[in-house]
Amino acid sequence: MGRIEWAMWANEQALASGLILITGGIVAVAGQFKGWPFAAYAIGAGVLVCLLEYPRGKRKRGSTMERCGQKYMTAVVKVFGPLTRNYYVRAILHAVLAVPAGFLLSTILGTVCLGIASGIYLLAAIRGEEWSPIEQKPPERPQLGGGTIKQPPAMPPPRPPAEARKKPPLEEAGHTNPVAVTAEAE
Amino acid sequence: MLPSFPPWLPWTHLRTCLHSQGLPIQKATRNGNSCSLAILHPPQHPAPRHFNWIVGALTTWLGLNVFLFVYYFLLFDKDKKFYYTRVVLGSALAWARASAKCLNFNSMLILLPVCRNLLSFLRGTCSCCRRTMRKQLDHNLTFHKLVAYSIALFTAVHIIAHLCNFEWYNDSQQAADGSLSSILSDLHQDEESNKWLNPIRSNNTTPAYVTFTTIPGLTGVIITVALILMVTSSMEFIRRSYFEVFWYMHHLFVIYFAGLVIHGIAGLVRGQTAESLKEHNPELCAQDPKQWDRKNKHSQCEEPEFGSIPAESWQWVLAPILLYVFERVLRFWRSQQRVVVVKAVMHPSKVLELQMHKKGFSMEVGQYIFINCPSVSCLEWHPFTLTSAPEEDFFSVHIRAAGDWTEKLNDTFQQQKPKTPRIEVDGPFGTASEDVFQYEAAMLVGAGIGVTPFASVLKSIWYKFQHADQRLKTKKAGHAAFNLDNDTDVVTGLRQKTSFGRPMWNSEFSAVATAHPRSVVGVFLCGPEALATSLQKCCHQYSSLDPRKVKFYFNKENF
Repeated sequence: MGRIEWAMWANEQALASGLILITGGIVAVAGQFKGWPFAAYAIGAGVLVCLLEYPRGKRKRGSTMERCGQKYMTAVVKVFGPLTRNYYVRAILHAVLAVPAGFLLSTILGTVCLGIASGIYLLAAIRGEEWSPIEQKPPERPQLGGGTIKQPPAMPPPRPPAEARKKPPLEEAGHTNPVAVTAEAE
Repeated sequence: MLPSFPPWLPWTHLRTCLHSQGLPIQKATRNGNSCSLAILHPPQHPAPRHFNWIVGALTTWLGLNVFLFVYYFLLFDKDKKFYYTRVVLGSALAWARASAKCLNFNSMLILLPVCRNLLSFLRGTCSCCRRTMRKQLDHNLTFHKLVAYSIALFTAVHIIAHLCNFEWYNDSQQAADGSLSSILSDLHQDEESNKWLNPIRSNNTTPAYVTFTTIPGLTGVIITVALILMVTSSMEFIRRSYFEVFWYMHHLFVIYFAGLVIHGIAGLVRGQTAESLKEHNPELCAQDPKQWDRKNKHSQCEEPEFGSIPAESWQWVLAPILLYVFERVLRFWRSQQRVVVVKAVMHPSKVLELQMHKKGFSMEVGQYIFINCPSVSCLEWHPFTLTSAPEEDFFSVHIRAAGDWTEKLNDTFQQQKPKTPRIEVDGPFGTASEDVFQYEAAMLVGAGIGVTPFASVLKSIWYKFQHADQRLKTKKAGHAAFNLDNDTDVVTGLRQKTSFGRPMWNSEFSAVATAHPRSVVGVFLCGPEALATSLQKCCHQYSSLDPRKVKFYFNKENF
């Protein structure tokens, strides 16, 4: 398991937890269960977690699949700099966010899942992982051949040395016509 | 005399061999960018028609789900037995029970598609059956995922319904307003007999406390957490990048099934017993609960008495669990059989070729095996397509180093220890490549290491031709190149690849359509999703609406 980036899995787990918190919160608020203010809090916490976790971080090795439309949230998350880059901060944040939701049955599942995500983020942080944004690629130049040409030649073709390339003198270059040519007068 | 293929690029040699046999090469386009394209032209062989059994199977599954849900919803929502339960819980009872039935049904189904030895057995015994039916067994992983998604959905419904149930039971127990609901909750609470309705006994507790101190509540939380962990670690991105996380986390299914079986034991879902219904008709007696009196012989309504629904999850999942246990035992037994590594070849681009021999092993073209290497990791099994032809006296795989396990395997073999590392093999299991010969014309597209299934096909054709096998319908074979990220071109040795670019699928498809205006063409792909989308588009675009004219059918391998 040497090269696993735990943060990638922690990210999926945290996103799922956010959704679970929101769902549990909505059920309790809609049903006006006892202690529903905790549920209202859970909805807010869930939304925050989802927004934070939606933009996937860049993998160290290989290419990363972006989530649909994540570039807008990436811009926002990037703004917070080290607060969002550092996974220790995320681990603590998730642990803290999870606790109040644990006081209500509807949201306790969200607490447990977010707690697990926090633990995985802690593991990722210990192993020195960091969140880095997936940058937008600059727009590609329009390609010849309908985009099917990859890696066209970068170097000119090999040529013979300069002397051999010089044209030979005119007299030697002439050729004998098989048929006599007479210049006709205009 | 059987040729030995050179250490690298078996297909260049194959092409030369085909040339030397006088096989007219239809098309030889070389692409430096890791694609290979081969066109086989068997003469007039009636192609099987595709009948969409997949749609039939899916409709059946969906129909059964809908039927179970609606039937049990109506049962719990209308039956007199649960009249009083509904007084407290409303229709949340029916939502919880109906989703529970569907959960049982889907939990039964989910283990079956991953019993690959069982599926192979079915595929083998069904060789007399229509080929298209057998082909549906290839979609086992897709079905497994579909059932998993439905389990996740029904779990959500079930949990939401039970959240309401716990809350309303608790409210009902704490209420002292003399309503029907609070009267029902007080019934039989002090006695030792098991006749109560409301499972919440105390009136100063919380639903959360009740959840964690009752069997169904606690097992429910545990198996839901296990399910969530399984789902998040099986997301496509995680599976492709970090297979080990997926593989180990997925074994939480043991906890899921154990918890599921125990979940209903406590019998907290209560309905009126049959004897009680004889003496107490809820529809009549509910209007005046104060008249209920068990001591008063003149009263028409005795106090109602309640009993549990027995736990039934075990009835649904017992057989699949036993089948799966048998499957794992079988895999273990097969893996214990001795595999001899005849040859191990390190190719460029970090591809390891293993040629092996195992007693009693027999394969068909394009099948795959699972490999385990105890010195790399004792518990992990990884799938690889067989690149050898059935006619050869060994079987081989080409393994590209693309992750932790494959890299470690590469290193282990590169160290060239005196004793080759032990390899365990399970398989072979069949995939769509077996169907290549059934089409009048076939296009095989492999990208990168995805050329492996088709290597097997082409080699097999070569051998059949070599031995003048009368069953070989292929009269002509054309193929083209490949492959991979070398620094120098494999043919010229220059830094610039001979042909830089990807095939223009439009021109390829229109060329094939022109050459075979009345054929059924099978298009086989082993490669990335993006390629699948463009090929599928081309198949739709170039297939004629007229059933007598050319038709392209798309087949994709999925791992």
